[in-house]
Order: sequence, then C-alpha cells, then structure tokens
Amino acid sequence: MKLYCLSGHPTLPCNVLKFKSTTIMLDCGLDMTSTLNFLPLPLVQSPRLSKLPGLVLKDGSTFLDKELKECSGHVFVDSVPEFCLPETELLDLSTVDVILISNYHCMMALPYITEYTGFTGTVYATEPTVQIGRLLMEELVNSIERVPKAQSASTWKNKEVQRLLPAPLKDAVEVSMWRKCYTMPEVNAALSKIQLVGYSQKIELFGAVQVTPLSSGYALGSSNWIIQSHYEKVSYVSGSSLLTTHPQPMDQASLKNSDVLILTGLTQIPTANPDGMVGEFCSNLAMTVRNGGNVLVPCYPSGVIYDLLECLYQYIDSAGLSNVPFYFISPVANSSLEFSQIFAEWLCHNKQTKVYLPEPPFPHAELIQTNKLKHYPSIHGDFSNDFKQPCVIFTGHPSLRFGDVVHFMELWGKSSLNTVIFTEPDFSYLDALAPYQPLAMKCVYCPIDTRLNFIQVSKLLKEVQPLHVVCPEQYTQPPPSQSHRTDLMIDCQPPPMSYRRAEVLTLPYKRRYEKIEIMPELADSLVPLEIKPGISLATVSAMLHTKDNKHVLQLPPKPPQPPTSKKRKRVSDDVPECKPLKPLLSGSIPVDQFVQTLEK
Amino acid sequence: MPEIKVTPLGAGQDVGRSCILVSIAGKNVMLDCGMHMGYNDDRRFPDFSYITQNGRLTDFLDCVIISHFHLDHCGALPYFSEMVGYDGPIYMTHPTKAICPILLEDYRKITVDKKGETNFFTSQMIKDCMKKVVAVHLHQTVQVDEELEIKAYYAGHVLGAAMFQIKVGCESVVYTGDYNMTPDRHLGAAWIDKCRPDLLITESTYATTIRDSKRCRERDFLKKVHETVERGGKVLIPVFALGRAQELCILLETFWERMNLKAPIYFSTGLTEKANHYYKLFITWTNQKIRKTFVQRNMFEFKHIKAFDRAFADNPGPMVVFATPGMLHAGQSLQIFRKWAGNEKNMVIMPGYCVQGTVGHKILSGQRKLEMEGRQILEVKMQVEYMSFSAHADAKGIMQLIRQAEPRNVLLVHGEAKKMEFLKQKIEQEFHVNCYMPANGETTTIFTNPSIPVDISLGLLKRETAIGLLPDAKKPKLMHGTLIMKDNSFRLVSPEQALKELGLAEHQLRFTCRVHIQDPRKEHETVLRVYNHLKGVLKDYSVQHLPDGSITVESILIQATAHSEDQGTKVLLVSWTYQVGILEDIHFNQF
Repeated sequence: MKLYCLSGHPTLPCNVLKFKSTTIMLDCGLDMTSTLNFLPLPLVQSPRLSKLPGLVLKDGSTFLDKELKECSGHVFVDSVPEFCLPETELLDLSTVDVILISNYHCMMALPYITEYTGFTGTVYATEPTVQIGRLLMEELVNSIERVPKAQSASTWKNKEVQRLLPAPLKDAVEVSMWRKCYTMPEVNAALSKIQLVGYSQKIELFGAVQVTPLSSGYALGSSNWIIQSHYEKVSYVSGSSLLTTHPQPMDQASLKNSDVLILTGLTQIPTANPDGMVGEFCSNLAMTVRNGGNVLVPCYPSGVIYDLLECLYQYIDSAGLSNVPFYFISPVANSSLEFSQIFAEWLCHNKQTKVYLPEPPFPHAELIQTNKLKHYPSIHGDFSNDFKQPCVIFTGHPSLRFGDVVHFMELWGKSSLNTVIFTEPDFSYLDALAPYQPLAMKCVYCPIDTRLNFIQVSKLLKEVQPLHVVCPEQYTQPPPSQSHRTDLMIDCQPPPMSYRRAEVLTLPYKRRYEKIEIMPELADSLVPLEIKPGISLATVSAMLHTKDNKHVLQLPPKPPQPPTSKKRKRVSDDVPECKPLKPLLSGSIPVDQFVQTLEK
Repeated sequence: MPEIKVTPLGAGQDVGRSCILVSIAGKNVMLDCGMHMGYNDDRRFPDFSYITQNGRLTDFLDCVIISHFHLDHCGALPYFSEMVGYDGPIYMTHPTKAICPILLEDYRKITVDKKGETNFFTSQMIKDCMKKVVAVHLHQTVQVDEELEIKAYYAGHVLGAAMFQIKVGCESVVYTGDYNMTPDRHLGAAWIDKCRPDLLITESTYATTIRDSKRCRERDFLKKVHETVERGGKVLIPVFALGRAQELCILLETFWERMNLKAPIYFSTGLTEKANHYYKLFITWTNQKIRKTFVQRNMFEFKHIKAFDRAFADNPGPMVVFATPGMLHAGQSLQIFRKWAGNEKNMVIMPGYCVQGTVGHKILSGQRKLEMEGRQILEVKMQVEYMSFSAHADAKGIMQLIRQAEPRNVLLVHGEAKKMEFLKQKIEQEFHVNCYMPANGETTTIFTNPSIPVDISLGLLKRETAIGLLPDAKKPKLMHGTLIMKDNSFRLVSPEQALKELGLAEHQLRFTCRVHIQDPRKEHETVLRVYNHLKGVLKDYSVQHLPDGSITVESILIQATAHSEDQGTKVLLVSWTYQVGILEDIHFNQF
C-alpha cells in the first residue's frame, strides 16, 4: 500500500493511494494562493493599476518591467493569474482508476487531471458537491475569461531570472508548472466523468476494494471516505467539522477500526473560534453601516455565506439594519441560493424538519422575498440601476485578484468609512490586500473556518483509534509563526507519518487473509473432524475460480485432467475422482485396532 | 437448507392494503403497511394478528419499510405502530417521510370528521408514528442491525418512491413497491443494478397491459379536454393530491400556454399549494430535465392553474378541475362528480387505476346508474373516459426490471389474480425462474443455496494462483488446503499451517512393498538395470539414481538388497508416502 502525495497544501490535498491493485486519487485540490503573486484583473481599466512602475532589478536592468510591476514594495506579475497544479510527474496519472472527491473546494483541479493526463476512470462525488463545485468553477472561469489580458508573462519564470527576483516570487515553487485557468468546455467534460453517490453507499471497485462516502459535517454534501477490503480499512478524512452549521453532522462512528487514517483539511486558523468570528463580523458590519460606510465581504458563492446570511437574518432587525440593502453579486449567485434550498437530505436535522413542513430550509429565501437581499449576476445591468449606498456586498473572489470584488476594492478603497471584512480563511488577507496599498478603507479579519481544530482532532483520534495516522507535515509541528504552541499540532500514539509534496509513502500494513467463497455443493462434501473441543478441521481440495477479483471454490471436476496418451486415458476413466494430493494425518493412532484390522 | 418465507397480509392477488412479511435468514421484515380503499370495515387494514396474537409486534419484526406515500402503502402505519404497537424502526425516503403524515392526516379527517367513525388513529398518533421513521438516502446502505442491511433504489411512480433491497449475508430480496420504467414529465424511470437477488417481489398492476406510446396518450388526453372545453363543457379529473396531479398539471399548463386558452383550470383542496411546494424542495427526486432547468424556471410554479373554491362548481361556462381523491370514493371529487354527472356536455377523465368497490371502478366498468347514500340513484350522463396515466410499469416494464436485476425467483403482488397468472407464465417462460403469486395469508417458501464465505490465508491463495506454467489468474486451478472451524470463524489455510497452529504433529505414512526378482547379478548392477528400465519407461518423470545406491521416481524410493538366504534373489524395496500421485498407474509387474 503506497501513498503518492501530489499536493503540499494541507487543506487542498491531492493524494493517490495504491491499494490492492487499484489506484485511487483522493481529492484534487487546486492551490490558488499562486494568484496572489499576480496583479488584480479589474473589470474596468484602472488608472492606478496601469500606472504602477515596472520592476527594476538590483543591477539596474529593466528587461522585466513589462512583466513585473511594483506596488508599495511588493512585486506582482502583470499577467493572467495562474494556478499551482498538483504534481503530474510523480506517477502516470492515466493509470488512476477512480477519483474520490470529499468536498466542492477539493475538486477545483479536476479538469486539469481528467482532461490533460489521459485519465479514463470514474470520479465519485455527492450531488451537492458536484452542483456547487460546478458553480465555483463557473464563477472562476467567468471572472477570468471576461477580462481578457493581452500579455502572458513567462520570462520571469526562467530559473535564472527567478533567482534574481525579490521574495516571495523568488521562492515560489514549481512556477514552470503553473497553469492558466481551464475553460467551460473542459469543466463540462470533467464533470461528465463524475458518478453521483450518496452517504453510506457502498461502491465496489473491480471487486477488490469497496469505497464509501460518509458525512463529514463541513459543507453541503461534503464527505470523508472509507476505502476497505475485507480485511483492511483506510479512512480518508478531509475537511470535517463538528460544529453545528447547516450540513448534516459528521459520521464519526464509521471511522472506527481503521488500519490507516489519512488526515487532511483541518482548520487553517486553529486559534480563532468560528462563533466569535461570526459575532465580530456582525458587529463590524453594523458599525460601518451605521457610520454611513459600505461593507465589502469577499467570499465564495457557497458555503459559509449561507451561515452568514442566516446570522444576518436574525441580526438585521435588532441591529436596526432593515433598510440597508444586501447585495450578492456573482454569475452563480442565483443558482447558489436556489441550489441550497433543494438539498434537504444533506442538511442538518433542524433544516430537514423545516422542509417537511414544507418550508425552505434556509432563511435567505425570506430575505430575498422581502427584498432585503438582492442578487445579481454581475455589476453590469440591473445592479447599476438598483445600487444604493451605504450597502453590504458579498462577492468574489476571496483572493481579491479577479471577480467583481476588484471593482469594489478600487471604488471603496480610498475612503476610511468603508470596511472590507475577510471571512474566507484560504488567503492571507495581508497578501490579498498588497496590490491595493496604500489603502484608506478599514480591514477586518474574521476568518471563519469550521473545520476540525487540534483539540477536536485528538478527541476524534482517541475515539476512533486508528492503528496509523498519516497527515501533511504541517500538522506534525507547531505553525511557523507560533513555534511555542505545541498544542497546535497532532498528538497521537504512534506518532503520525507525515508527507510533503512529491513524496511517496509506504503505508504500514500486512495483509494476511482474503475472502473466498465455498460453493454449497463443495461444502456438503467436506468432512469436518473435531480435533480439539470447539475446533474442527476439514481437508479441502477444490477448484479455485478467480473472477472479478472474487475467489470461489467449487467441487473439483470429474474426471480429472485428460491425460496425454490414449492408453492412459482409458485407465484414468476408471479413477472416479481426483483425490487429495496429500491427506492430513495427525492425532493418536489406535495401534491395537490398527493391528487387528491388519490381521483380518 | 436456508429459506426465505414470504406472506402477503395485503396485496396478495389484489391491489390495495399492501403489506408483505418477509423472513430471511432469521430476520423478519414488513414491507409496506397500507390500507384498502375498497373497504370501510376491518378489512381495510392488514390483519396484524397474523404476526402475533398477543404481545407487541416489536418483538417479532426487525424493521418496517415503506416504499412510497400512497395510502395503499402507508395508510395503516399509525394503526399498526400506535394502536397495535410497534416501536422498532420504520424506513422510508425523505420525501415519503415529509409527505406521508400529510396524507395520513387527510385520510384521518375524511374517516373521522366526515364519516364520523370512532376508534380510528388520532393526529397525535400520526405524529408519534412518524417519530419512529428513519429517513434513508437513495443507494445508501442502511445497517438495520449487524446482519440486516437495506438499500433504496429510485422507483419513479411518485415523488420519493423507492424500491428496497433487503440483504442478510449473501441472501437478498428486492421489493419494488410501485414503480415506473418510463420517465415522464416530472419523474425519472426506475433503475436497479444487476444485484441478482434470491427473490424479486414486484408489483403487477398492469401485468397484461402493454401501453401505447406516452405521447399518444397525452395527445388523446389534451384533445378530449380541449374538445370538451370548446363546446362549453366541464372536465373533472379525479386525482390524488400528489403524483399524477403534478404530471397532468404540467401537461395542461404547457398546453394552455401554447394554445393560449382562457378557460380556467382549478386544483381542489388546500393541499395543492403545499403539494407543489414539496416538489420544489425535493426537486432532486424529479427527472433530469426539471432538475437542470429549475433555477431558470421551476416547473411546479403554475401560471394557469388556480386554487378551487367549492362555489366555482356551479359557475357557468367551461372549466377543468383537478379534484381529490382519485378513485371517486369520497371527498371533493365525488361531490363535484355528483353535480356534473347529469350533463352530457361534461366529462370525467379517470387518469389512474380504480380499486373495486369505488365509484370510479363502477363507472369505468360501464355502470351508468349509481346507487348513492340514502338509496338515491344517480344517473351518469356525462362522458366517462379512462386514460392510464398511472405511473406503474406495464408488462414490458416488469420484464425489463427482471432483466435488469436478474433475480433467481420472482413473486407477484399488487395485481389481479387473472392477470398475474398470465404474467407468471410469461416470466417463467422467458427467464426460466420460478414465479409465485401467493394470496393474502398464504406463505411462499423459497430455498436459497448460499455459498459460504471463509477466510483464506493470503499465502495459500498466492501459492495456489502462482502454480502452473502460465500464471493466469482467470484459469481455474485445483487447490488443497485445510479448513479450520473454530467458534463461528472459518479459515482456510495450508495443511502445514493448520497443524502448526493447532500444535499437532504430522504423521508420516509410508507404504512399502517388497518385490522379489531372480537376478544373479550384483546388487548395484540390479539397481542399474532397474534404473535404466524405469528411465526408458517413464520418460516424462524424474528418475534418479542416487549415490547411496537407491533410485527415486519422483517421491517413490526404490532400494535393492540381496536376499539373505538366496543371493540369486534380489529384493526390491519400494516405498512411497501416503499420497495419490501421478504414478499410480505404473505397475511393477511389467518386469
């Protein structure tokens, strides 16, 4: 059993497990932090951005000034943003049999894998994961494609050139592997390879391995996966949550008795309490609006936004915000809000009960009905007519590099009345803001990450007791910025095996048994003999049939194999059936009886 | 021999009151718990005393499964769980769990409030009963207990309808509930994988019907409605609030839109709005097309169809009314029918199956004079049309499902005996499997022949598959091993390992045989002669002459010594182990 680690990002994993002659890819996360090195893509030409000075290297050379621009001491690539793909060279990805997706954030690299590597297998994911994943991809493609950029910088990627650049560009990894965004046809082709599955559905892979998705409690349709044969069990835990938000609670019991537990997708902000952050979010929002400022919330079109809207629904009236318009701008805003209402079966118990009434499970339906929340596909069209300030705007992308958020950063950045509130934990907010500096607008950082923290992990591990834990190396040491916090790492016995990008781990396990079926006719012919109290033995001689990785024992055929010569054939016809090669002889010998028998 | 026992308490050679008991590998499962629309007495509910005369049913049943929300499949549930007494788990899909209590409450209201019956289940009982329900996802494997597992498959028919696989070890039963093998305007087609159950229990409502194309039926339906409305007549379409109603609403809505018609369409009962809401929230259970377009246009938001008020029935001019219930046995549809029946301009379209005893059944069988309550005779002058829009599989569909699932036995329920008989023959002919059709209370026993799963040591398995010149995994091979049976575990290991594990010593059993031959030569010369002879005779075997003067032929040892008394006689000592080998047909008397 081997684990190929294709991504070093702990929350956007991409691993390949080789297990009993099957090759299973676990998630294909796309590391988008690479986009932070690029200039934002404004929808309307931005005078500020276009006037940024080109980079002059230390030796005075200016040959990069078209590609790299400087802003407040940071250097940015002036080009279409690119993403850091999972490793594609570590193993032949065309040999991957199946891809298991755990949640919609962890499938963003799917088109790169299914469309460029010769992949011919099947992808398994739950219905909400696929539908919302499609929305995230659509939004991504849309926000990049609608701002075509003439130039595509590549000189800086030259190894000799990159060495000369200031940090962080100098240290960026595998820049030659960075790729532009995929297209909608590629997205559609990739998604067409997905087969929908439900929680606790047992899926047979080639008769050798069974995989099962389990509710992971993190997002709509998010799952952990059990990969097991009759004797071995590997649990893949990725992006799980024990908090009660909107998704169905996490299924912990089914993770018990694992031989190996692969643990990824823990909280990225282990020191922040999501509930406290939501409170802070609301109070900052209210304060800004009361002072006549606007609030910008860079976010993904699905996920935490549902919870934020639900909090606001309860908070708006008590905070006197009922006249403030809330806008949700995304090409998929409408779809996201509509889809959230139809996945009753994937929601927590409270929301399910509402559907039985029948009422929409999320209160944002009411916010829309009462016109408190309005959604638009983009800032063009209806929005420009309805736009009233002060207001609250939810829009993407959280990296602040593309999408309508760029427009509002440029528009509102100069006034200290306005506030941008960061709720998504995927990007460092300081890095995200860097190309907008100097900035007058207030910045509030309320990262809401509901995934497991280290306390919950150690409790979980104590409960489910896996024999071995495998995790990204980041989880085996305290965070670099808080090296004294030894509580911010995984603590278990035996210590976890850690992996880093491009590593291959050999997982410890020893298979000793396999399932085999004895056909009833054969079972009838067996003669068990009680050797010791409670223990019986029977000698079995049978035909072994192996088909679809299933083994079956049948009665040996009669007559046995046809001998070669004609003469022998006749002889062997007399032999009634093939007898055991070597009968088992043991136990005490009744000598007297034996002798008596002989004497007869 | 292991067996599966099936006893229908309802729906055995009958439609209505579906309730089937299945015993499989020591587990007892009840499939559906319905009421009979044709009866108003004790016969309307299954006879649960069959399960036990005294004591709670919980002790005798491991679980109850409800296939869908139609009352003939779930109508007796509160009576069963709260009045007779059952506290175990009840499984159904999410939409069924959502809609079922509403229909039960409706049923209770009609029976208690309108007909004034007492000794019926109460609203609270419905609530308490629903608390025992566990909702299941499609394809989810639900572990009822350690051995018993169930799995739901999409059945079409109505929103949330499911087929269920019940499995214990390697024995399994599939129960279809009601299903539809052709997708319609709002639902998809039933689907099951090749799960090869020991028994398939299938409905057979349309056992003998092969329906013409759906398109024709729809065109026919629209034509009839249109003609009636054109000549100023009123059209009554009795339906159940959920199911065909939505299908026909979508059909009429699009037709009205296309033809730009103005005649009003009404939908009776307060349930309408609510019912459509369920369809909106459970849109993932509808067909591909509706699911794909729901963000842009939700098919269950109707523009032309409005809520019906009782007073509208007397309005002049044409109109179309959908009214519940669907078999004209009670409620609003029956009221409207009585009002409109006398006018030959009007029309009633029965879009589904009607159970014997209902007004719907009577008019469909041609009766035109009906005796109503109070000896009143109602003369039916309005046109009566029957159009099968029931989302049941027809004969073709049933055969198709059998082909999909490949069961070893088939059992028919939910149909009429005569039609079943016909289908039974067809199934037996085409699939060469046994087909049963028990009546209510009659038990069918099916013998299964399960293979026995054991653990084989990987070493032994690998050794056995590696033997042979071409290690071809697919080719059957002869293998030898020892089965250790301890407690309830079965392990197949190599004989050596078995002995080692049990701390037993292996005996060596050798057979020896002396052959006297007259040969005056020296011992080693005799040996050499024997050796050369054997080598010549046994070309295919390994014959060796060892330095100590003995000969081996495979594992057979041959030694020669001079006879102690007669030096001219040599004694050949032939010795072999107790094993049945390749040389058994070699005879030494060839010398």
